Amino acid sequence: MAAGIAEIEATAVHSVTRLRRFQDYLGWSASALAFLLLGGAMVWILAIVFVKGLDSLTPQVLTHVTEGTGGGLLNAIEGTMVLALGGVLLAVPPGLACGIYLAEIDVLVGVPSIVIGYFGYVTMVVMLGWQFSAAAGSVALAIISLPYISRTTEMALREVPRGLREAAYALGATDRAVVLGISVPAALPGILTGILLALAISVGETAPLLYTAGWSSYLWNGHLIKEPIGYLTYVIWAFITEPFASAQALAYAAALFVTLFVLVISVLSRLLLDQSVGWRGRS
Amino acid sequence: MISGGPILRGFRWRWLRNRLFSFRSLTALLASLVGFILVLMVVFLALYAWPAVRLNGTGFLTQNSWNLGNLYGNPITVHGQQILPGAEYGILFLIAGTLLSTAIALLIAVPFGVGAAMFLSEGVPPPVRPWISFFVELLAAIPSVVYGLWGYVVVIPFLGHHIFPLVVRWLGFLPFLGGPAGSGYGLFTAGFVLSLMIVPLITATLRDALVGQPPELRDGAMALGATRFEALRTVLLPAARRVLVGSTILATGRALGETMAVLMVSGNALNYLPSNIYTPISTMASFIVSQLDSALQDPTGMAVRSLAEVALVLCLISIVVNALARVLLHYQGRHLLRAF
Repeated sequence: MAAGIAEIEATAVHSVTRLRRFQDYLGWSASALAFLLLGGAMVWILAIVFVKGLDSLTPQVLTHVTEGTGGGLLNAIEGTMVLALGGVLLAVPPGLACGIYLAEIDVLVGVPSIVIGYFGYVTMVVMLGWQFSAAAGSVALAIISLPYISRTTEMALREVPRGLREAAYALGATDRAVVLGISVPAALPGILTGILLALAISVGETAPLLYTAGWSSYLWNGHLIKEPIGYLTYVIWAFITEPFASAQALAYAAALFVTLFVLVISVLSRLLLDQSVGWRGRS
Repeated sequence: MISGGPILRGFRWRWLRNRLFSFRSLTALLASLVGFILVLMVVFLALYAWPAVRLNGTGFLTQNSWNLGNLYGNPITVHGQQILPGAEYGILFLIAGTLLSTAIALLIAVPFGVGAAMFLSEGVPPPVRPWISFFVELLAAIPSVVYGLWGYVVVIPFLGHHIFPLVVRWLGFLPFLGGPAGSGYGLFTAGFVLSLMIVPLITATLRDALVGQPPELRDGAMALGATRFEALRTVLLPAARRVLVGSTILATGRALGETMAVLMVSGNALNYLPSNIYTPISTMASFIVSQLDSALQDPTGMAVRSLAEVALVLCLISIVVNALARVLLHYQGRHLLRAF
């Protein structure tokens, strides 16, 4: 009798377990599939950019400026460097200040970049009369990359052990000496990560530049205002829809440069971030 | 050494100078300047758009009528504003296009993002987890315009030639899925590309939250007889509900403001509402770019001011959406908001 009940219970448990095991199997498969599809999309995008981009690379791309729908990308590469470096240089001091002061400017991240671009258009291009120019483009990029610098700075500073700062204050150090002499050097990998990230974002931006930097197929003549300037992302957008093979090749080459740069920076910043996490273990 | 004449001789110049120009107050000054940018942005956009706001009234949000008017006509005066004859500005189709493409993006991104986060948090050995996660999160690093390129070269022909005709044939009886299947440019394509752009935000945030749950939750559930997946689905995931909602709202904000990718795959419709998922659309953000050249042709400047009104509406919407997300995510730790 007792054995019979145990047998019945065992079968009941067994069948429930099998159903649940099947559900488990389904659940894991579905979540793994979700992950694999996302990874697949990533590979697909990179494959297109790298295969077509490498196909389109010729020495001319690096040595000539854009002429009509052909030529090279020299002007755009130069312009992207000028705009991105200008933007980051402008963004670093206030970005660091915000990070140091723990100011909450994350809400700027949520503002669409095109809105920032239009703000730049209204204020700098129209009201200040700078017209489409390197200065207007750099300032727009600076506003966009500011919150990234400040956020990573703040995160990195929070990781610095409190004891370090307290020891410095105890020795009579001033605010400036503690921040610039102790906290910032200790948090440097994290801060550099933020700056690299800002650089990557600046290189990849398009929409705000259309409204502030304009476009030029000539090399930059060094004027900060009243002179439009070229950049790589414009070529991707404007040239891929052209019917000419030469134009599309330039778009692919530009996409290759931009994507490669952004990927390298992302990997680099991840490595830097891993290093800076070391503090956590020591505090 | 003290300048300023005999009256001020007793004043503590050095004390004041040290106060005003101390490291602390200079940092505070710079930081508050930045905090001021957002206010400046809204104020300047509003000031610039004001003539358009007065001219367009509420019809701006309720009508499908973006029309620059006769560019060769003499400007006329309406409501005290100089405009071109026949010019009117209504952006209902932009609002519809923005909201619908964002909705489709969320419908795709949320299940995939949650699935991937579940897999990454519990299905991958911890030592390799950061690097495998990083691979998916790189999706967030790819620039918008590269998504646009991929969408234009790959997704549009693929969906337009292979997928949409099949969907029309087999599922055409369902609402919004009936034909004609179109060329591949349109609402669904825009939503699909957007979903890939926002999914890393959901995956990364939710994965961090799942990994960060106290291990007692999972151990307790498993001690009660739950399998690992059941513990994840019925205990850990509900515990991270707030993070999921918060990150979804953040992703919504991102999708609402996305410009270049949408511009390149949406078909840039003007003045009509989508009737099915294949219809071309425009979003507020993409419209601001696609209309720049023609708006600059308007000698009265009203078109550019109306575009500023579009930017203002978009800015206000994203501020509200992001504030909402931030309130929800606030208690879950700020590190969850990082880009990747």
